[in-house]
Amino acid sequence: MSNVAEQETLKEALRGGEFLIKETKSEDIFIPEEFSEEQQMMAKATDDFIDMEITPIAEKIDKMQDPELMPSLLTKAGELGLLGIGVPEDLDGLGMSFNTTMLIADVVGSAGSFSTAYGAHTGIGTLPILYYGNEEQKKKYIPKLATGEWKACYCLTEPDAGSDANSGKTKAVLSEDGKSYSITGQKMWITNGGFADVFIVFARIEDDKNLTAFIVERSYNGITMNEEEQKLGIKGSSTRQIFFNDTVVPVENMLSERGNGFKIAVNILNIGRIKLGAGVLNGCRAVIRHSVRYGNERKQFNTPISSFGAVKYKLAEMTARNYATESLCYAAGQDVDDRITYLRNSGMSAAESKLKGVEEFAIECAIAKVHGSETLDYCVDEGVQIYGGMGFSEDAPMARAYRDARIARIYEGTNEINRMLLVGMILKRAMKGDLDILSHAKAVGKELLQMPKPANIDRTEAFASEKELISRMKKAVLMVAGKAAQTFGAKLNNEQILLMAVADMIIEVYAAETSIMRAEKLINQHGESADGVKAKLAKLYLQLAINKLEQKGREAISCFAKGDEMRVLLMGLKRFTKHEPINQREIRHEIADMMIEKNDYAYKLWS
Amino acid sequence: MKILVPISIVPDTTSKVAFTDGDTKYDKNNVTFILNPTDEWYALVRAVELVEANGGSVTVINVGEAANDQFIRKALAIGANNAVRIDAEAKDAFFVASQIAEHAKTEAYDLVITGKETIDYNGSQVGAMLAEMLDLPYVALVSKLEVAGTEATLEREIEGGVEVVAVNLPMVVGAEKGMGEQRIPNMRGIMQSRTKPLAVVPAVEVAEHVVVNKFELPAPKTGAKMIDADNIEELVRLLHEEAKAI
Ligand SMILES: Cc1cc2nc3c(=O)[nH]c(=O)nc-3n(C[C@H](O)[C@H](O)[C@H](O)COP(=O)(O)OP(=O)(O)OC[C@H]3O[C@@H](n4cnc5c(N)ncnc54)[C@H](O)[C@@H]3O)c2cc1C
Repeated sequence: MSNVAEQETLKEALRGGEFLIKETKSEDIFIPEEFSEEQQMMAKATDDFIDMEITPIAEKIDKMQDPELMPSLLTKAGELGLLGIGVPEDLDGLGMSFNTTMLIADVVGSAGSFSTAYGAHTGIGTLPILYYGNEEQKKKYIPKLATGEWKACYCLTEPDAGSDANSGKTKAVLSEDGKSYSITGQKMWITNGGFADVFIVFARIEDDKNLTAFIVERSYNGITMNEEEQKLGIKGSSTRQIFFNDTVVPVENMLSERGNGFKIAVNILNIGRIKLGAGVLNGCRAVIRHSVRYGNERKQFNTPISSFGAVKYKLAEMTARNYATESLCYAAGQDVDDRITYLRNSGMSAAESKLKGVEEFAIECAIAKVHGSETLDYCVDEGVQIYGGMGFSEDAPMARAYRDARIARIYEGTNEINRMLLVGMILKRAMKGDLDILSHAKAVGKELLQMPKPANIDRTEAFASEKELISRMKKAVLMVAGKAAQTFGAKLNNEQILLMAVADMIIEVYAAETSIMRAEKLINQHGESADGVKAKLAKLYLQLAINKLEQKGREAISCFAKGDEMRVLLMGLKRFTKHEPINQREIRHEIADMMIEKNDYAYKLWS
Repeated sequence: MKILVPISIVPDTTSKVAFTDGDTKYDKNNVTFILNPTDEWYALVRAVELVEANGGSVTVINVGEAANDQFIRKALAIGANNAVRIDAEAKDAFFVASQIAEHAKTEAYDLVITGKETIDYNGSQVGAMLAEMLDLPYVALVSKLEVAGTEATLEREIEGGVEVVAVNLPMVVGAEKGMGEQRIPNMRGIMQSRTKPLAVVPAVEVAEHVVVNKFELPAPKTGAKMIDADNIEELVRLLHEEAKAI
C-alpha cells in the first residue's frame, strides 16, 4: 500500500451488518471528501480520459461496426494504468487501496458501454485469478491483464442458469492421463466475450455439488460464439453466447480447488456489487449536470424550465439520492480497506485478506448495488422527463443514458436476488451469533411494552435530532425483522414479499445514516458553514428514507401480523418513525437553486 | 538537453469573475483553479516529448504560494522531472519574469518554453521579458518546435502561410496551439509525482512597476432586438438613433 493515510488504520474495524445494532460515529466513517490529492488526481485524469476518448465517440461505440474499437479503448485505458489500480505492484499494477478502485469505477461509470467493458475486465475478469490464482497463474496472467495487453471475461451464466448460477450444466471431464480437463457447455450473456483473450469458465466436474473455475485461453480448441447480442442498452459492449466443445484445458489452469468455483463466483460478485454501486455515481452526476444545464437553457412560458418547482423537485431528489449512494459506497469501501488491513496484520495473506475483507461486508455490498442501480434509474428517468420531447430524441444525451442505466438492476445478481441475499445474510449471521440481532430485537420488543420516554436530545449538537431518528429507524427494522423471524423461523426465506420490504428498510437505514454522518463529519472538520448543500442533501435524503421505511414497514407487518399483534406493531412503527416533516418546498428549492446558479452538479469531489 | 517550463495556475474559464478590496483584487473564493492550458498542453507536453526523444530533463517553475503545489505535482505527473516554486504571490508579469530569470540565470537551460499567454490576464508578457532579462533570443506564437543538436527549428502560423525560423540554442520560445497535445497523466506518473523534487525558493526583491487601480466587469449584455426582415426602415432608424452605429 502506498498511501500514508491508507497505512495508518490499524483499528479493529467495524463488522459487516453491525450498523443495524450499533450507533455509527461520524469519525469512524470515511467520506469521499477525504480522498488524498493523489487519489483525486487519479480521478481527474480518469475523468479527462473519459471526456476525451470515450464520450465524444459514444455513438460510434454503440454502433458496434468496428470490432477492434472497444478492445483498443481498453488498451488505451491500460496504458494510462486504469486496468491495474488495485493490482499489486509486483504484478505490474499500482497497488492502490480498495477504495481507490471504487473511486476509479465511480469516474468510469459515466462512460456507458465502455464502463461495462471496463468493469468486466478489471472486476469479474481479472479478480478471480488475482485472488484465487496460485503464484504461477498470477505471474502468467495478471501482468498482461493489468496492463491491458490481454482482455478478460467471465463465463458463469448459462441459458438455464442465471440467478441460480450454481445450477450450470457445463461439464469438465478429466483426461485419462490426468493432465487436462475437457470442458463442454454453453455460456450466455458474456461481457467482452467477442474479444477476450482469457475466459474465467465455471464448469462442473462429475456430479459435484458445486462448480469449479478454470482459466481458459482464447487460443484453446473448440471455442465458438454466436453473433453479438442485440441489446436494449450498453449496445457498444460485447455480449456473446459462447460454446465450449471439448475444449482442452491443462489441469494447472484450474483456479483454486475442485468445487470451489461457486464460492469464487459469489465472492467475486460481492466485489462486483459494491463496485457497481460506485460505478453509477458519475453517470448520475452527468445526468444531473445535463438536466440542470438543459433546464437553464430551455424556456417555456418565457421562463427557463429549471425555475419551475416541479423541475426543482426532481433536481433536488436526484442529487440527494446520489449523495446517499456516494456516502454509503465510500463508507463501506473504507470499511473493507480497514478490515483488509486488520486481517493482513493478523497474519492473513494479501489475497485472502482482500477476499475476507469484502466478504465481511457482503451485506453492505448488496446494499450498494441495489441503492446505486435504483438511484441511477431514478435519475435517468427524471432526466428524460426534464428534457421533455428532447429526452426521447437520440439527438440529446438522455436517451442513451436511459437505455444504458437499465442493465445495472439486472447483472451482478438481480436486485431481487440482492435484496434476499442481504436479509438472508443478516439472519444467518444472527443465527450463528456473529451479529447480535436477537438481543437487540428483544430489547426493542420490551421497549414496545413500556410507555414511550421522551427523547433526550441535545439540540445544540449538529444533527442531534436526525441521529435520534436514525436510532429509532434501526429499532423499527429490529422490531419488524425480529417479529418476522419469530413468526416464520427457518421458513422466513420463502416469504419473499416480506423479505423485500425488510431489505428496503435496511437499505434506507444504511443510506440515511451514512448520509447524515458524512454531513456531520464535514461540519466537524470544517465548521458549521462548511458545506451547506451537503447538509441539506443529507436532511432531504433522511426524509426520503423515513418515508420509505414507514411504508415498507407497514407492508412488512401486514404480511404476517393480525389483530392485536398488528396493532402493537403498527403503533411501534409509528413511535419509531415519528418525526416532524422537513419543509420540502424550502429544502428542494434551496438545493436546486444552488445547482441552477452554478449551472452544474452540486459539488465536486475532484478537480 | 535542459528545458525550463514556467507554468501558471489560473482560474478555470467557467469560474465566476468577482473582485474584492475595492475592486482591486480578483476574488479567489469558490474558484476552481487549473494549470494554464497553453503551458500544460503545448509548452510542457512538447518539452517532455523532446526530453523523451533526446534525453535531458524538464524543470517546471511556478511563482506562487503553497496552494499551487498540487498543480505543480500535476505537471510532474505529466512528465516533468523536477519543479521549483518561488514562494510568493505572482503580482504581475514583471515580478514573475524577474523571479524566473533569477532562477534560470544560474541553471544553463538550453530552452525555456512558456505558453503563449495565461488565460486569466492574457498578458503575453512573461516570455518576452524573460528573454530580455536572460539576454536570449525569443520567438513567440510558435506552433511547431524541433531541436537538432544546438539548433531549434520553429514554425509560426502567419497570415496566409507558415514561417520557418532556425535559432541557435539557448533561447526562449512562446508556445501556441499545435506544438503539443493535451496529455492525460498516467496513474504511475501521478504516483511518481509525489517523489519527484519540488524545491521551494524564496522570492527576490523586485521593484514594483504596476499598481492596479480598479477592475471592472464588462457591462451586462442587453437583449437582442428582433426586427422583421422586411422592415428595413425600422432597422436603419434603430441603428441610427439607438445604437448610434450609423
Ligand atoms: C448485458 C449483460 C451482460 C452480462 N454479463 C455477464 C457476464 O459477463 N458474465 C456472466 O456470467 N453473466 C453475465 N450476465 C448475466 C446476468 O448476470 C444474468 O442475466 C442475471 O444474473 C440474471 O439471470 P437471468 O438473466 O437468467 O434471469 P433469471 O434468473 O431468469 O431472472 C428473471 C427474473 O426472476 C427473478 N428471480 C430469479 N430467481 C429468483 C428467486 N429465487 N427469487 C425471486 N426472484 C427471482 C429475477 O430477479 C428476475 O427478475 C450478463 C447479462 C446481461 C444482460
